[in-house]
Amino acid sequence: MKPFTVVLTGNPNCGKTTLFNALTGLRARVGNYAGVTVERKEGALTGADPRHPVVVLDLPGTYSLSPQSPDEQIARDVLFQRLPEVPPPDLVVVVADASNLQRNLYLATQVIELGHPTLLALNMVDVARDRGQEIDLEALAKALGVPVLALVASQGEGIEALRQAIRAQAAAPGTRHVIPRQFNELPEDFGREAQAIEDRLEALFPQRSRLAAAEALLLLSDERTLPNEGDPAGARHPAALVEEVRSARRRLEAAGVDWRSAAIEARYARLFAIEQHVVRETAPPGETLSDRIDRVVTHKVWGLLIFVAVMALMFQSIFWLAQYPMDGIEAVVDALAGWVGSTMPPGDLNDLITRGAISGVGSVVVFLPQICLLFLFIGLLEDTGYMSRAAFLMDRLMSRVGLHGKSFIPMLSSFACAIPGILATRTIETRQDRLATILVAPLMSCSARLPVYTVLIAACIPQRNGWPGITLLLMYLLGIAGALGMAWVFKKSLLRGDPPMLILELPPYKRPMAGAVLRQMWDRSRLFLRRAGTVILGINILLWFLATYPRPGEIGERFERQRTQWRQTASEPPTDEQSAALLRIDQAEAGERLRQSFAGRLGRAIEPAIRPLGFDWKIGIGLVTSFAAREVFVSTMSVVYNAGDGDGEGTASLAEAMKSERRGDGSPVYTPLTGLTLMVFYVFAMQCVSTVAVVRRETNSWRWPLFQAVYMTSLAWVLAWLTHVVGTRMGF
Amino acid sequence: MRPLSTLSPGERSVVVRIDIPPDQRGRLLEMGLLPGTPVELVRFAPLGDPVEIKLRNYHLSLRRLEAEKIQVG
Repeated sequence: MKPFTVVLTGNPNCGKTTLFNALTGLRARVGNYAGVTVERKEGALTGADPRHPVVVLDLPGTYSLSPQSPDEQIARDVLFQRLPEVPPPDLVVVVADASNLQRNLYLATQVIELGHPTLLALNMVDVARDRGQEIDLEALAKALGVPVLALVASQGEGIEALRQAIRAQAAAPGTRHVIPRQFNELPEDFGREAQAIEDRLEALFPQRSRLAAAEALLLLSDERTLPNEGDPAGARHPAALVEEVRSARRRLEAAGVDWRSAAIEARYARLFAIEQHVVRETAPPGETLSDRIDRVVTHKVWGLLIFVAVMALMFQSIFWLAQYPMDGIEAVVDALAGWVGSTMPPGDLNDLITRGAISGVGSVVVFLPQICLLFLFIGLLEDTGYMSRAAFLMDRLMSRVGLHGKSFIPMLSSFACAIPGILATRTIETRQDRLATILVAPLMSCSARLPVYTVLIAACIPQRNGWPGITLLLMYLLGIAGALGMAWVFKKSLLRGDPPMLILELPPYKRPMAGAVLRQMWDRSRLFLRRAGTVILGINILLWFLATYPRPGEIGERFERQRTQWRQTASEPPTDEQSAALLRIDQAEAGERLRQSFAGRLGRAIEPAIRPLGFDWKIGIGLVTSFAAREVFVSTMSVVYNAGDGDGEGTASLAEAMKSERRGDGSPVYTPLTGLTLMVFYVFAMQCVSTVAVVRRETNSWRWPLFQAVYMTSLAWVLAWLTHVVGTRMGF
Repeated sequence: MRPLSTLSPGERSVVVRIDIPPDQRGRLLEMGLLPGTPVELVRFAPLGDPVEIKLRNYHLSLRRLEAEKIQVG
């Protein structure tokens, strides 16, 4: 039996997600709409009658049915039944913030006009009451023509009544048909044109006749519903109808009617009247707690200090707090690899599983705690309402490079991982700004770069006078500078456009909901885990093959002869010197094997391209293998230098092995300059297939991800080369 | 009549005209900023831009550039 579908819609910040969680009990499934990465959240209504199962679909928050972003477009398309994958809604629950009634009713009345069975959930009535506004629910229901329920979703008040109402509707679907009604007295000319288009729509699409009035209104007044002039591709409507709409607009213009604003003004005039009728002021509006907080948080001096403190606290805790669980994960991975290694018969398969799979994936999973913490902080900032203040504070800086305060959030998220960062760009309205943000987001040093920096700093940078910390900070700053600089370049060249308009709501502060924040943290972190289990596991297995085969028997024989010789000369027990000699033979064998392997050949093949940067073919192997995921550099280096497997010291032993690596002339390979050059390369290079895939999906073409990969890698090479040349000149 | 951006923090007025090109101001109108709407300038951001205004019982932030094109009086 087809479940009864309830669609939740409402403005951003109206408490819709809280209500959704309350209705579905935090057991929602999170997926994507086909073809786009807009989050699709749905869950079963808890406490539903088992004979009438109910599915609740939480639409992205939207201010109106004229979408300005991909998120809002999905919300509109579901309500207009344009998505074949989403069943037509059996019931629409519009969530409205009672303390912000007019603007919330703007969307609500638009939705009611669609004629679906509709119910208004008036949320945050407590906030309205605190502000001295008493809302007459009965009068409101009468004015709107739909049932109205009062809620305080964050306290669980009114949830049961709403659940009851949904259950009643599910038990007897179709009993309440809403008579389409309109909430605006349109200017006469406009109304006549809208009626004509509505009649045409009804004739053309009789099965959608219920939606015709609302659709006619949007066709006439929303610029973006029509295809661009001379570009009929993607048109939803027959060309003749499009032409009719255009000539209707021309007639209205001639008559002096602004077809873009007439319907909006008429609707707000009606909403103002409704509000006058249903709201009783019990106290004069005064300063709210939220206003008082904002006086400090957006204060000229305190505001900026608090902002810097919040950011500092966030990054410090990401590094410090994550340390303990990270040590734990590392120990578990090592123990697992050790156990499997000693239980399985020795051989290639054993090696593949312990080194290729377990250690390889383990070296990435170890970053899960940091990523969880970052998402926890971002979730808290979003949930409390501070995130929009951060955008408010930072907008000036972002606008210097032609971006938006709203680009700040995606860039901040990209410190964890560019993927959620790129997904977060969906709230940016203008295409150019969104693209510019997507193009530069991967330049922010993501958590996958952290292990690369850590190993290189341990191997190359003097461990005194705070140099390691300074170097790390420098790399992060370099990434930020690169991102802002490139954004400026793109906005000046490829993505030129008017300076974007900022329309940013500053919602009242609220107490975060622990369950929802944790749930969201987990949903987002899972993306990263899934990647570790798929892409990175695959790369590691491939890498293992490349580094292991082919295996000419000649090498084994040659080194076996050396070992036989050693056994004949060594005393029993061998002296320290003799043991060291044996270790050198083993290492030389491993090195020779690697040199002969496919990976070694690849590394040598690209050596001419990286020699100008001061890199040798072994570093070349690292660059080749980390092309798909940069953190693989660390596990590759462990394989290349035959270090850090099974002895439980991870980074430290790898860094030691790298330190003792010498060039042909006996000088160390990993000088501070080599380290710095490599790190500069890693700051800028696009080495992440998952990001490429996400950018492809978000921009709907291969053009942008390919362009991004090429520009980032070229930039990485040039800047690494500059670092090397300048450093060498300065005598490092 | 003067631009919204010239109000001082805490000062109230009423929108008279919006001089932003019609094809760009759609969302602004939908947010309820229309001729005849009472507005209050709440504050400027610490770095001088954007501005925070209050209208229809909620807070909205706009760039100075746009606020200069909104005439109040």
